[in-house]
Amino acid sequence: MFSSLNIRIGFFLAKRQIRRSNPWTTVLIIFVMFFTFLNLVVVSGILVGLLQGAINAVRTHYTSDVIVSSLNNKTYIENSPEIINIIKSLPQVEHMSARYMEGGTLEANYKTRTNDKEKPNIAAMSIYGINPVAENKVTGISKFMVEGEYLAPGDYDQILLGAYLDKKYMDFDYPGFTALENIKPGVKVRMVVNGVEREVTIKGILKAKVDQLSMGVFMIDSQLRSMIGRNDYNVDEISIKVKPGTDPADVRDILKRNGVDKVAKVQTYIDAQPKFIKDMIATFSLLGNMLSSIGLVVASITIFIVIFINAITRRKFIGILKGIGINEAAIEISYVLQSFFYALCGSIVGVIVLYGFLEPWMTAHPIDFSFSDGILVAPISGTLFRVGLLMVTTIIAGFIPARLVVRKNTLDSILGRN
Amino acid sequence: MIRVTNLKKSFKDGEKTTEVLKGIDFTVQNGEFVAIMGRSGAGKSTFLYQMSLLDEPTSGEIFIDEKDTHSMTIGEKTSFRLTKLGYVFQDYALLPEMTALENVALPLLMQDMPEKKAYEKAKEHLTKVGLGNRLDNLSGQLSGGEQQRVSIARAIAHEPKILFADEPTANLDNESSRVIMNILKELHAEGQTIIMITHENEYSKFAERIIQLDDGKIVGEERP
Repeated sequence: MFSSLNIRIGFFLAKRQIRRSNPWTTVLIIFVMFFTFLNLVVVSGILVGLLQGAINAVRTHYTSDVIVSSLNNKTYIENSPEIINIIKSLPQVEHMSARYMEGGTLEANYKTRTNDKEKPNIAAMSIYGINPVAENKVTGISKFMVEGEYLAPGDYDQILLGAYLDKKYMDFDYPGFTALENIKPGVKVRMVVNGVEREVTIKGILKAKVDQLSMGVFMIDSQLRSMIGRNDYNVDEISIKVKPGTDPADVRDILKRNGVDKVAKVQTYIDAQPKFIKDMIATFSLLGNMLSSIGLVVASITIFIVIFINAITRRKFIGILKGIGINEAAIEISYVLQSFFYALCGSIVGVIVLYGFLEPWMTAHPIDFSFSDGILVAPISGTLFRVGLLMVTTIIAGFIPARLVVRKNTLDSILGRN
Repeated sequence: MIRVTNLKKSFKDGEKTTEVLKGIDFTVQNGEFVAIMGRSGAGKSTFLYQMSLLDEPTSGEIFIDEKDTHSMTIGEKTSFRLTKLGYVFQDYALLPEMTALENVALPLLMQDMPEKKAYEKAKEHLTKVGLGNRLDNLSGQLSGGEQQRVSIARAIAHEPKILFADEPTANLDNESSRVIMNILKELHAEGQTIIMITHENEYSKFAERIIQLDDGKIVGEERP
């Protein structure tokens, strides 16, 4: 069937049919193919991008590119000062932020509560001790301030409060989770860490789509260190931002070669992703593919109908072609090539729109989902695979109706008999 | 040479069977110009379709150059039509998306002729039928007579053994009809075998032999 002669004649016929067909019809079919392509790529791309946005946010605003954290059987990173010196000496490292971390509570109404029977307004949370300048260089969290101001070095007895710890930002009731009421910047609250009690002032409230930020409390590192008695300067986490163009895995491997992994977990932001996130990416990707496959079926039906109508209305001419000796295979190939042309044009327009406009635009203007800034994830390899899938589907969808019509009796076709 | 023996063709419509050709024996020698005449429903077109391998007879045999066409596969018949037979349709049957030149060149290209040569040959035959100045016109831009001339050029471009013409002047005015008949006359003079169906006595006289068909049988033969 696919002899070079049949392909040559098929191309000859297809070229002339497309060139002299109604341009609006051609544009409409290409338009359908274009949207089918977008459906294939964008639906799964947004579903995966929904999670990717969350992952990116955690990377950018919490873990950074590489995170060093305490081993599972340790409460902190041993020899932290030495490790920090190693990290600072690496030329690939742009910035780093070391954090102390401890569980604690805040009580909001301790001053107005008149007796012990009144319920205290207490919230439990993780408290992070940070160097505000270093932390901001690594995670840029100061941009998430929704009330008050970001911490400055020397802001003792002042804290930043994650928005979900403030009742007015907590628009859902989560069992076991308590938020503070009637608080705002300037209000004093009572902090208890490791049994150490301290009255601190809320300097600001920050809100981000990263739970560690929105559900945590931040204070100056030296103050938390003294409250938890960490006089050896051993920290709990170190987030490392690498220089542009550096593979985080390279920095991780260097740290491991320096023996850091003996006393701490050394992970890239990908390594640090919980397994359920990876499972969710796979699940969303699968879901996207399932939704896309519906688009593929719609596209194949569209092409089937277009080619079938085209072939049926041209049945007489197909009969004439066969009558003057044109091979059936060549005629079928002409319809396959027409389908291929429509799918190719739709895909080319789709790729141009996708990478020229849609992807960069969505990266610059992510979709504001409640838990992430959704972006469009469309890797070239995946896109090319989907283009191939669209091509194969449309070729099959074009071939079947062409074959149905071409195989009809030649004379019946010429005379228009059924 | 084409030889037909005891050719029968019947059509079934539900329970009813209509016998259109009732056992025809017929021979055409190489280089002959034969006209087939008869009233409407006599079976002329059906007869032509069987001989030109566009249809499958119910029974009987058709030999073209002593080759039994009954044993041919569909693909072989298509190939045979491409190389050995030419067909001029009553309604011209040009492909509307192609120019006159492309319509004529297509069967040549299907014979794997190089594109340049195919177009040269197509141009030569269109010039022969007087359309050298209409090569790039689509069929819709040509008059009926011109379209029929393109159809003739397409039918003869590959130099077929037999040219079948199914009422080639039926849709044309007198002047165009005469032009077409003169072209067929010239082709015959060059040695082309032609089998033509016509209703018109005036044009049947261009043939060497006239066959009268009635009720699916040959009922007369004359040489004008």
